[in-house]
Amino acid sequence: MTDAIVTDRLTKHYGERKVVDNLSLHVARGTVYALLGRNGAGKSTTLKMLAGMVHPDAGTMQLLGEDASTLSPPTRGRIAYLAEGHPLIDWMTIGQLVTFTRAFYPAADGKLVEQILDHFGLPLKAKINRLSKGERAQVSLALAIMPDPELLILDDPTLGLDTNVRRDFLESMIQIIQRRGRTILFSSHILGDVERIADRIGIMMDGVLRVDCPVEHFKSSVRKVVVEFGRLPPVFPKCDGLIGDWQVKTRCELVFVGFGPRQRAAIEALEPVRIDVAELNLEDAFIEYTRGPRRSLPLFTGETDHVQSAGDQGTA
Amino acid sequence: MGFHVDTASRLPIYQQLVDQIREAVARGDLQPEEKLPSVRQLSGELVVNPNTIARAFLELERAGILVSRAGRGMYVAHPGTDLSKAARNRRLAESLDRWLTEAVHLGFAADEVVELVTRRVADFQWNADGAKGKGKTQP
Repeated sequence: MTDAIVTDRLTKHYGERKVVDNLSLHVARGTVYALLGRNGAGKSTTLKMLAGMVHPDAGTMQLLGEDASTLSPPTRGRIAYLAEGHPLIDWMTIGQLVTFTRAFYPAADGKLVEQILDHFGLPLKAKINRLSKGERAQVSLALAIMPDPELLILDDPTLGLDTNVRRDFLESMIQIIQRRGRTILFSSHILGDVERIADRIGIMMDGVLRVDCPVEHFKSSVRKVVVEFGRLPPVFPKCDGLIGDWQVKTRCELVFVGFGPRQRAAIEALEPVRIDVAELNLEDAFIEYTRGPRRSLPLFTGETDHVQSAGDQGTA
Repeated sequence: MGFHVDTASRLPIYQQLVDQIREAVARGDLQPEEKLPSVRQLSGELVVNPNTIARAFLELERAGILVSRAGRGMYVAHPGTDLSKAARNRRLAESLDRWLTEAVHLGFAADEVVELVTRRVADFQWNADGAKGKGKTQP
């Protein structure tokens, strides 16, 4: 079938700052897509635009095959959005909130929401403002899936939850995923969770979508290469796929996206003593990828050895 | 069968499952004709996307370790029935060479390696006919 989400050159400024920069995102139906990025990368703003909470300055969006600017109420009803921090109407009880929310969805399945609340052990009489963070997250997930939505947009849904509640929450997400054809777009900072449940990841950096591929593909593309020279390392030349390099004493540590014979040849041309290529887990791959340009590593050891940067070499 | 997933690992999750199931079959913890849990069940238990489980099953099916029976699920295959003796020899020799290379670099002597193999062999379940026969299961 078609894509559940299509954006074309979506752009948003906050003041002078471009927080989302020409974002063209495609999320196929039935996909679990994790949107990653450091704080301020533009993830929340993107999700808010998709949910209709923020208007883009430029670009277009299609949700479930309809233009988002003229989304019909029935289509809107097939999309659920969980805002960051799980804002709920605080003075209501869970039961009142269920009744209130159900009124917006004539076709909603009241049994489903009661089953979920029961599964989490949440009594309908409980006041929202007395709930823990974890319970709030569970209530807002239960409400979001009440109308059995085809598309779920979740803004950092496990933020601030303890490990056990987070695992419960992930289990609920797995149950939603198992209902065939559901599309989920979510943001997260917990890479272990992302690897468990996402089919595909997108990484935003400064408003730009830099990575958009299956999880394993990203993990297997990023390589950390440690090159030992046994002498002061030469200045490392520009090389395809090189996204970071820094030096520690006689070593060069390089990070590549896509490390092949060409990259190896470029390193070997500098006549190193030893080359070690390391695979990374998802978290380390993400950190290396998003860390940005580096200078030489600062000196954290108590040793008095001089750590030189490329610029120091002439005075050695 | 208790499978587990380690998200701190460098291996993709589907590969971790492939490795664990391969090993369980090799050790006899999973027997030929034994039924595996469904994709749905494993996905729920391990808290892993069902597509990831399905991918692991597909790899194992391609490798001849599992067979899928339409509508009934995945079963452990009888060992070595699909490959010719030469192909099986070749495959084993390839991985053995990799392993021996590692042993050389780790500084082992040849007799130490043979001794280690002899000791570890006892932990696995072996086909009585060996690669000579057509790979029927042991009693």
